[in-house]
Amino acid sequence: MNILERYAAMDYGPAPEARNEADAWVAARDFDKSLFIAGEWRAAKDGKRFDTSDPATGKLLAKVSDAGAADVDAAVAAAGKALPKWSAKSGFERAKILYAIGRGMQRHQRLLAVLETLDNGKPIRESRDIDVPLAIRHFIHHAGWAQALDREFPDHKPAGVVGQIIPWNFPLLMLAWKIAPALAAGCTVVLKPAEFTPLTAILFAEICARAGVPKGVVNILPGGPDAGAALVEHAGVQKIAFTGSSEVGKIIRRATAGSGKKLSLELGGKSAFIVFEDADLDSAVEGLVDGIWFNQGQVCCAGSRLLVQEGIADAFIAKVKARMGKLIVGSPLDKNTDIGPLVDRTQLDRVRGLVAEGAKQGAECWQPDCALPETGYFHLPVLATGVAPANVLAQEEVFGPVLAAMTFRTTEEAIELANNTRYGLAASVWSENINLAVHAAPQLKAGVVWINGTNMFDAACGFGGYRESGFGREGGKEGMFEYLASKPPYGPAIKPDSEAAAAAPADSDATGIDRTAKLYVGGKQVRPDGSYSMAVVNTKGRLAGEVGLGNRKDIRDAVSAARACKAWPAATGYNRAQVLYFLAENLSARSDEFSARIADLTGVSAKAAGAEVEASVERLFYYAGMADKFEGRVHQPPARAVTLALHEPVGVVGIVAGDAAPLLGLVSLVAPALAMGNTVVAVPSRRHALVATDLYQVIETSDLPAGALNIVTGKAAELAGVMAKHDDIDGLWVVADADTCKNAEAQSTGNLKRVWTSNGRSLDWASGAAAGDEFLRRAIEVKNVWVPYGD
Amino acid sequence: MSSSIREAEAIVAPMAARVTTLPSRVAANTTSGHGIARNPGMKLDLGFLESVRNVNRSALERRAGTINKRRSIKADNQAAWLLRAISLMDLTTLNSNDTDERVRRLCAKALNPLRADIAEGLDLGDTKIRPAAVCVYHPFVATAVAALKGSGVHVAAVSTAFPHGLAPLKTRLQEIEASVADGADEIDVVIPRGLVFGARWQELYDEIVAMRAACGEAHLKVILGTGDLATLRNVMLASMVAMMAGADFIKTSTGKESVNATLPVGLVMVRAIRAYFEETGYLIGFKPAGGISTAKASLDWMVLMKEELGRPWLEPELFRFGASSLLTDIERQLEHHLTGHYSANHRHAMA
Repeated sequence: MNILERYAAMDYGPAPEARNEADAWVAARDFDKSLFIAGEWRAAKDGKRFDTSDPATGKLLAKVSDAGAADVDAAVAAAGKALPKWSAKSGFERAKILYAIGRGMQRHQRLLAVLETLDNGKPIRESRDIDVPLAIRHFIHHAGWAQALDREFPDHKPAGVVGQIIPWNFPLLMLAWKIAPALAAGCTVVLKPAEFTPLTAILFAEICARAGVPKGVVNILPGGPDAGAALVEHAGVQKIAFTGSSEVGKIIRRATAGSGKKLSLELGGKSAFIVFEDADLDSAVEGLVDGIWFNQGQVCCAGSRLLVQEGIADAFIAKVKARMGKLIVGSPLDKNTDIGPLVDRTQLDRVRGLVAEGAKQGAECWQPDCALPETGYFHLPVLATGVAPANVLAQEEVFGPVLAAMTFRTTEEAIELANNTRYGLAASVWSENINLAVHAAPQLKAGVVWINGTNMFDAACGFGGYRESGFGREGGKEGMFEYLASKPPYGPAIKPDSEAAAAAPADSDATGIDRTAKLYVGGKQVRPDGSYSMAVVNTKGRLAGEVGLGNRKDIRDAVSAARACKAWPAATGYNRAQVLYFLAENLSARSDEFSARIADLTGVSAKAAGAEVEASVERLFYYAGMADKFEGRVHQPPARAVTLALHEPVGVVGIVAGDAAPLLGLVSLVAPALAMGNTVVAVPSRRHALVATDLYQVIETSDLPAGALNIVTGKAAELAGVMAKHDDIDGLWVVADADTCKNAEAQSTGNLKRVWTSNGRSLDWASGAAAGDEFLRRAIEVKNVWVPYGD
Repeated sequence: MSSSIREAEAIVAPMAARVTTLPSRVAANTTSGHGIARNPGMKLDLGFLESVRNVNRSALERRAGTINKRRSIKADNQAAWLLRAISLMDLTTLNSNDTDERVRRLCAKALNPLRADIAEGLDLGDTKIRPAAVCVYHPFVATAVAALKGSGVHVAAVSTAFPHGLAPLKTRLQEIEASVADGADEIDVVIPRGLVFGARWQELYDEIVAMRAACGEAHLKVILGTGDLATLRNVMLASMVAMMAGADFIKTSTGKESVNATLPVGLVMVRAIRAYFEETGYLIGFKPAGGISTAKASLDWMVLMKEELGRPWLEPELFRFGASSLLTDIERQLEHHLTGHYSANHRHAMA
């Protein structure tokens, strides 16, 4: 075309990003030695390599060393060796190195961007303007946390050697999210990039070497699932951080059960994008472009479920279609490309399959009429309408450029639909009415909520999920805790409860009127479903009383009651504080009775028993006081926005208390959970269960709403398992023997509930360390609500 | 709400092809023909006005801030787009010290905007690519009309007590009539911004209706003075009232406000144009003015039009730049395109 023809046509034409520098970097590298271990470039011990290709053309980019178990051993050993010196460095020393990494990346940011696009297929605009700048920001931001560590995180130490496994959708950015906080906290790292996309991690390792990162502090192991499994199971690793599919997340949860490893999982999503009738509709359409067509929809927090209010649905859908018609699908290296190829043939097949299945189930799948390149794994953007909540496109994470649209009538219905998913990663709320938007945000079961925006990320703000989207946060102060360990006041190991002991017959010395200790469910004393009882024996071997033998149906009923209790989570912190103070008041009034019971059952002196009751009252007081004080933060991302890091209750929390200090141990777990607005199903010490059943009358006189606290007596090991497998329990805390703890973790994968266990140890509940922020932090989810503003 | 912008493109496509060629266009100082169905206006519909008030500044700024990161125009296409920018230009002089001679010089530049070797290098042949109009104060309308006679370049007059719009309505309307009588076929009027702050929509509507009537066949561009309007919501509402009252174009600024045309403001106005089209089926033009002085900025604005409204809005019937120094920068870029050398201002004839 000559200039005048172009003048008439007014097309954009091609605008290719130069790739010569990236090609030169690839050509100059010896990919036979792609493992970065102890500061050296090594070949895989067994000499294996895997291919990494350009998804836009299918052409091979490099054959990269494929780490095996022996290489994982070497890398973990190197990280372990480097750990003492690295963690002992001053915060300033570590801050300087994080800063140097950030600046080093900045000096090579275009090379990083082009490599990322070559390897992953994401449009160059995104790698250049979003992925790489955010990754840099992460290191520079965390340099500050490194230096402020002692002041901001007293009584914490580095988690240790960290194994990190990242996905292929944001290779460099996920690397930054993982490595920056780990290094800031004083951990050393073994990171496995995804098989599809190892290149930027290799360049990153080069930058680390130049930035003065000590040998062994950062180890990069390109490899596949075997390397990942070896890393997860390695005894030399104290913490696993994983981003990827919920399926693999669950495998990792099972594999690490009982190991004592810290674990954070950032998994899949099916995030709602809610458009209310008073939204800026044109802006909401642009939000969708950034929500579901960003990175070809291969984004865990993609706004893949559009919920639009009925009155504006037709107009809005028309706008969406018009906008889709403007999307350019093409070479990711072209600066005009909006949608590049999917990462691999397998991903393309998966997306095609899900779209076909969705259509078969009744969805109307619309695609704009635009050209597709001839090679590469491209998929046109799809708008699916008429999607029923049961449709596969509404339920399954597609991880492709596919938007499923539904309508709603009222705010309540919007929230119900939004929460009608196993996932809980993110949500967008579009409305010009701040009352509505800020009303909706806390009701959405999602770790991140964007108001009038979408896919906003920043190093200063936490990111992570509710429900099966995983647990733990990345970014912000909340993210730092994932790489820090506090030392709980552990006592001796707990021995498994023997069946024989539980069944031991005994005679009673009782002379008063017979009392039947039942279960406490939904604010009422109820008989156990099985109509069996078990004996509670005192230290003299005499029968102190009989309590109900709770079974799985009692747990079921208790969870239903806890779930049905809406009043307690909705109550203000001040309101909850007063109820907990009242509970303390009523317990204190009966301290003689409780002291006598404790002394009789546990054999401690009257003085020690009195001290336990007094400590329990004090602990209730403490957590009552914290109910309106353990607050969230306001983050400051580099935008005209506030990000509210809200502390929300986890939900229904199951608690299994140990035998040691039967009253204080129970109170120390139940009180923080209640203080933060959780509802609780507690299984008290079996041996000393009467201490818990005596509490019923205290609870009944304390204004605690029905269902807020439920107590099921029974066998800890059995009931812990039942609770672990109950998919409507959101959190589970277990103080028990090692096997019970391990099983609780391993069996929790049905809904990926948040599990904390004492890992087979007892705790010294009398210690002040048992009443710190640790249990409060466990009792909350941090939800980051982004509120951009401006008029 | 029956049509979409894509349909608009289909409707306008044949028309666009027709208006692309400058010689077929109607000459200056004739009384009719801008090549597009004129907006007849509509009744002041406060319900419709209410429905467009949801404007989110942060989201608009994000869109405006990334729209030009999403599109890039290189090499020959860039040269073609810059030529297009010339054809979309209202070459403007609006200074207190303007004289007839100064205006004649501007008109001469409008007639010959490109150095001969550049036009030749770009293979333009006999095709004359010229600014769409010359824009002046009333006293210079006759001078411009004479200088541009037969060229196809329109003559636009700023009017109605430009730049503040605070003279009595009667004299403002007389000012329009006087400029039309002198041969101006485009009239750029300003609104009294206070009417927007007071939400005095009926009054604003009535004034613009009267201005439109005073224009007769001349096209009416309504300047909102967006830098004075404080919020993007006000920009949206004022845009919509102006179109309801019969504006042919809505225009951002006089160039005299402290804040000139910005992309977020432009984004609101083009979305207003889209909403008006969806409601009525009429296509309204858009003119950003003030501070647009670089070739890069002109590309940014054209990308905004193409992305948000479509190809028809890259014709002078529907899009203009108000600009004075932009032309020289475009010439420099075109020279660079041809020679690979960065050029200097003094190598190009001044206006």
